[in-house]
Amino acid sequence: MHEMSVALSVVDQVERAAQARGVPGVRQVRLEIGELAGVVPDALGFCFGLACAGTVLEGAELTTRSVPGRASCAPCGRTWDTGMPPDMVCAGCGAGATELLAGRELRITEVHWADRPGPTAHPRAPHPEEL
Amino acid sequence: MCRVVDLRQAVLAKNTLAARVLRDELNARGTTVVNLLSSPGSGKTALLERELRLARERGVAAAALTADLATENDAVRLARSGVPVKQVLTDGLCHLEADLLAGHLHGWLPEDTRLLFVENVGNLVCPASYDLGESLRVVLASVTEGEDKPLKYPTAFGLAQLVLVTKSDLAGPAEFDETAFRAHVQQVNPGVEVVLSSVRTGAGAGVLVDRALAAAEGHRVHAPVMARAEA
Repeated sequence: MHEMSVALSVVDQVERAAQARGVPGVRQVRLEIGELAGVVPDALGFCFGLACAGTVLEGAELTTRSVPGRASCAPCGRTWDTGMPPDMVCAGCGAGATELLAGRELRITEVHWADRPGPTAHPRAPHPEEL
Repeated sequence: MCRVVDLRQAVLAKNTLAARVLRDELNARGTTVVNLLSSPGSGKTALLERELRLARERGVAAAALTADLATENDAVRLARSGVPVKQVLTDGLCHLEADLLAGHLHGWLPEDTRLLFVENVGNLVCPASYDLGESLRVVLASVTEGEDKPLKYPTAFGLAQLVLVTKSDLAGPAEFDETAFRAHVQQVNPGVEVVLSSVRTGAGAGVLVDRALAAAEGHRVHAPVMARAEA
């Protein structure tokens, strides 16, 4: 499961953006996740909560929008939903899809800043075993 | 008040950039990277050991880096080929990332390496999402894993530039339906080459070295349609 790595990347990028703008908190992060991106939104949501702990994102909500796979065939001009598992072969002429128009997205779209830090945002206290 | 910004950032942008830098650096010094992906137990190590021996016999400077959660068993096996080998222990991480790979190559990879084979962690889900700066991505599946593997793991097979079917000597006993497997591969990745291989019978011997050298020499490598839409 690489959703934790993905969640840490999201938190890292939003943290940098927050620091650059000098904002104290984050209310919401919106992502687009293509159905062919290989990421499970529920697993990502779980990891996101953990990854936010002790950062400016503490308490932030993650919302995800799923993007269906969509392919096109240049020779016959057809476009279609690829489905899952995806069908990358044109039903019109039998050629392989020329282009995948959508479905591989894994990106941050919007961030809603908050005026205050989240309810429990503070640097994580070290665990006694770490001292 | 709640301010909204349109951030529009690819989540894996950092890895993509690190992979690009690594690819450029290695290409500049004449090294081509091959990234091998498969589920655990599909025969990556056995096939790679054979191919490393062949590379050495043919005078091609090859090296291999193998990643596992634990044990150095694979490095011991690959080292029998006589080429430089490095074991990376990921301590539980299910995939390699480009900056992690770059760190392991630094100070280890021999200068004259022509082909670097990276045996990714045995996993068909997570490694699929991470570009390692490779010029050829190979996905392996053994005949015992079932014909529908490409449909169950469409991202991994959809991004493959070469598909190898391993343990082909067991196709009969495993009742492997090659026609169905090929059809499933073509459904998710039209045009990708599928080659049958068996370390036991010698089927497909040299295919990995041949395709890697072709990529190194600038021959066109298959461009999966799924890879033409990276967000």
